[in-house]
Amino acid sequence: MTTLAFAILLAACMVAYALNRRAATGIRDGGQRLHSVSGYHGLFALLMILVPVLVVILFWLALQGAVVNTLIMSSLPDGTLDGLGAGQVDLILAEIQSISSGRVFGDPEPWKTAAAERFSGMLQTASLGLVLVTALLSLGIMFFARGKVSAEFRARQGVEKIVSGLMIFCSVVAIFTTIGIVASLAFETIKFLRLVPLTEFLFGTSWEPQIPIRADQIASTGAFGWIPVIVGTIVITIVAIVIAIPIGLLSAIYLNEFAPKTVRSVCKPVLEVLAGVPTVVYGFFAILVVAPAIRSLGAQLGIPVAPNTALAAGGVMGIMLVPFISSFADDALSAVPRALRDGALALGATRAETVMNVLFPAAIPGIVGGVLLAVSRAIGETMIVVMAAGLMANLTLNPLESVTTVTVQIVTLLIGDTSFDNPKTLAAFALGMMLFIVTLIINIFALRIVRKYREAYD
Amino acid sequence: MDDLRTVSKDVDANNTKISAKNVQVYYGDTHAIKDVNVEIKERTVTAFIGPSGCGKSTFLRSINRMNDTIDICRVEGDILIDGKDIYDRDIDPVQLRARVGMVFQKPNPFPKSIYDNIAYGPKIHGLAKSKADMDEIVEKSLRRGAIWNEVKDRLHAPGTGLSGGQQQRLCIARAIATEPEVLLMDEPCSALDPIATSQVEELIDQLRENYTVVIVTHSMQQAARVSQKTAFFHLGNLVEYGSTDDIFTNPKDPRTESYISGRIG
Ligand SMILES: Nc1ncnc2c1ncn2[C@@H]1O[C@H](COP(=O)(O)OP(=O)(O)OP(=O)(O)O)[C@@H](O)[C@H]1O
Ligand SMILES: [Mg+2]
Repeated sequence: MTTLAFAILLAACMVAYALNRRAATGIRDGGQRLHSVSGYHGLFALLMILVPVLVVILFWLALQGAVVNTLIMSSLPDGTLDGLGAGQVDLILAEIQSISSGRVFGDPEPWKTAAAERFSGMLQTASLGLVLVTALLSLGIMFFARGKVSAEFRARQGVEKIVSGLMIFCSVVAIFTTIGIVASLAFETIKFLRLVPLTEFLFGTSWEPQIPIRADQIASTGAFGWIPVIVGTIVITIVAIVIAIPIGLLSAIYLNEFAPKTVRSVCKPVLEVLAGVPTVVYGFFAILVVAPAIRSLGAQLGIPVAPNTALAAGGVMGIMLVPFISSFADDALSAVPRALRDGALALGATRAETVMNVLFPAAIPGIVGGVLLAVSRAIGETMIVVMAAGLMANLTLNPLESVTTVTVQIVTLLIGDTSFDNPKTLAAFALGMMLFIVTLIINIFALRIVRKYREAYD
Repeated sequence: MDDLRTVSKDVDANNTKISAKNVQVYYGDTHAIKDVNVEIKERTVTAFIGPSGCGKSTFLRSINRMNDTIDICRVEGDILIDGKDIYDRDIDPVQLRARVGMVFQKPNPFPKSIYDNIAYGPKIHGLAKSKADMDEIVEKSLRRGAIWNEVKDRLHAPGTGLSGGQQQRLCIARAIATEPEVLLMDEPCSALDPIATSQVEELIDQLRENYTVVIVTHSMQQAARVSQKTAFFHLGNLVEYGSTDDIFTNPKDPRTESYISGRIG
């Protein structure tokens, strides 16, 4: 039945479009000048129907279940629900629903069967109502819109208004989703800060979130200083960036300035493939190839190397960031006007001199923006470090030791059975909040810089 | 016109600086320059005129091998400067471009300071031995570019902050700073107002003392004012080449005549 409602809506839209268009064309053929071309008259009718009726249908579908459920529960014989908890009431409702859909288990009480029948009936009525409302509403608006067609009617402005309204709506949805996410994060963070003081969280140098699960368990009381965790993130990010920047930049410069066309046409897609590799696969690569290689190299040189080094995780993350940085640098270099390149070449500069002295400085703001975005990606990257970095929060700057990161800790804190009232679980949200704040600041910087450089040549 | 004629006569006594022999230029399959032969005199201003798309820029760019930077572009035939073929294998285009400077239609100062814009060429070619040397080169070039007085107090301000006309004179000064023998100018005044244009024209006239100048222009008046020799291009062919005086007063080819009288173009 719901399908029918949608079908009616679709048909009404098409008919209204055709009708209004025809009417407008008729007026034009009658020798009058239309304010808007006839297509806009059709589009106006279409949108006038589509938007409100769609909203009505969606609201109807969203509310229908709840309304029917309340009606059923209140129609049960007096006293059946007395003294029952919310869980049991839900159970009865579920049983009624499953009986009405034909799945009968055992021998239900007759009042349940009766309720189930009423339930199916109500659903039928509701669907019928939906179809009727859709049809009536569509028809009504169709007549209304048809009546509007005239030579002076500003259909184009009408369409533009509706479309811009839709666009505003969509951006508002995006904004509110973000606000919602941040708010839920903030909410849990505040709960966490009631249990653990802010100063301990921000400045504590020990991170041991293991707390006793049962009261009689003997364990540490837990320590929630995020310094070692964020330092771990920073170490891995630095390793990643130190690897990604030179490779990314030099490959971009080579591809943009020196590579013959054939090389460029092979290498660019390869880099794009690299950008499309799922991070899980990079994680495998880190565990299976890079970490053992570093370990055996360390053993040969007699340097102690931890099994999960920051170097392995950061190194692989760096490879992940190469296409990112390289494509940013490529764009930035290509955006430098050809006239500048020609100017330098015409002075007798070599290609290398042109790149180093003229193109690169001109492109640097764009490149810096790209690097900063890469940094915030490295900070937020989860899968590679979950697979390849350690779990123990080790306060060290040595990339050959095992460190953990903010994202790894969030994952481990939330894995398994969790209850949302102890500091261990809530700590994950606090870490998430901090991560959000840090990457937000970096992104704002990055976007500022990128925007500035866009203006430089426009 | 009388003194112009005297100049033209002087010029004919000059040596040939650039000589093109059967030059063909192709962009992919497009034949943009068709069998051009021309002898450009030393210490002379030579104007290239002709309707849009006839290949003036293309020919100009093949004199300092800027066409090498365009992948699909192919140059055939010989272009000799001082008797040496510049498309020879042992010629380094980078060194060639240091000897043959170029000024573009649109001013293109580097996003650096005014000082660094001028100093860039001398720096990469090692023309200055010391900071004082470089300061001198910069000042001399800016003076010759007729822009010294306007910028001497803000040498370290960005070159892109100047007005269009000032930028173009900066670019001319930049091209002069490397001490080229030949200066190629592709419509250098098309972005300038009449005052800046006459400044640049005056400058070009002075440059003739030291340089061989080739200028592409769409303005017949400009060609008449600044040049001693004029070459008229049409559809990739060099239709007529001679003293500016003759071309404008006594064209031999009907195409030249209709162009200068405004019928084609
Ligand atoms: N980079 C290029 N790629 C392909 N074809 C080109 C290129 N540059 C120029 N051409 C073609 O070569 C021909 C000559 O162009 P050129 O720029 O030399 O003309 P022009 O005489 O300088 O014209 P204008 O007075 O408009 O500057 C034109 O037909 C043009 O389409
Ligand atoms: Mg041109």
